[in-house]
Amino acid sequence: MTHLETVPLWLALPIALFLVLGSTLTLLGTVGLVQLRSFYDRLHAPTLGTSWGAAGIILAAILLFSWMQGRPVLHELVIGAFVMITTPVTLMMLGRAALHRDRAEGRGGVPAAVPHPDPSEGPPDVGALSPEDLESTRPPKAPPMAIR
Amino acid sequence: MSATILSAALTYAQFALALAGCLACWRLLRGPRAQDRVLALDTLYVTAMLLFVVAGMRLGTTFFFEVSLVIGVLGFVATVSLAKFLIRGEIIE
Repeated sequence: MTHLETVPLWLALPIALFLVLGSTLTLLGTVGLVQLRSFYDRLHAPTLGTSWGAAGIILAAILLFSWMQGRPVLHELVIGAFVMITTPVTLMMLGRAALHRDRAEGRGGVPAAVPHPDPSEGPPDVGALSPEDLESTRPPKAPPMAIR
Repeated sequence: MSATILSAALTYAQFALALAGCLACWRLLRGPRAQDRVLALDTLYVTAMLLFVVAGMRLGTTFFFEVSLVIGVLGFVATVSLAKFLIRGEIIE
C-alpha cells in the first residue's frame, strides 16, 4: 500500500469516485443481463459496463498512474477508445444474428418477418439489408442449425 | 487517509467486478439460446478486462495494461466471429 499513501486527498477522492461509479455501473449491467426477460432486452444491459463502467475505471487509472509517475499517462485511453468503438459493432452483429435465427426458426415476438416473399411487391422494409439476409428470412427449406 | 479511501474503493471495485463476472458466468451457463451465451461471454471479457485494470491500480504496476488490452482485442474478435458463425454457420467464407 505504499504507492497509495503518496496520493493527496484531493486526488484520492475523484479516483475513488470514478472507481465506485465504474464498478457499480458494470455490476448493474450484469444484473440486467441476468434479470431481463428477452434477449433483445438483455442486449442493451452490458453496454452500461462498456460505456461508463469502462470509462470510470479507466479515468481512475489515468489519474492514479499520472500522479505516481509524475507525467501524464494516457495509454489507458487506448483501451477505453477500443472498447467504445468495438462494442456497438459486436452488439449490432449479435442482434442481427439473433434476429436472423429467430426469423429462420419462425419464432414469435420478433418484428415482422417478411410478410410476402413476392418480388412484385417491392423490397420488404424490415431491416434486413443484404440480399442474402432477405433470402434467409423466407421459410427455411432445410431445418435450421442444430445449435440451440 | 487517502490510502484508506483508495484501498476501500479498490476493494469495492474488485468485489463488484468479481460479482459482475459471476453473474455473467451464470448467464453464460444458463442462457437459453446460443446468442445469450455469446453476449454473456462478451460481458465476461469486458468484466475481466476491467478487473485487470483495477488489479494493476492496486498493485501499482502498469504491466496489467497490456494484459487488459489483449483481453479487449480478443473479446472483440471472439464475439464478432461467434456472431458471424451464428448467422452463416461458418466463419470464413
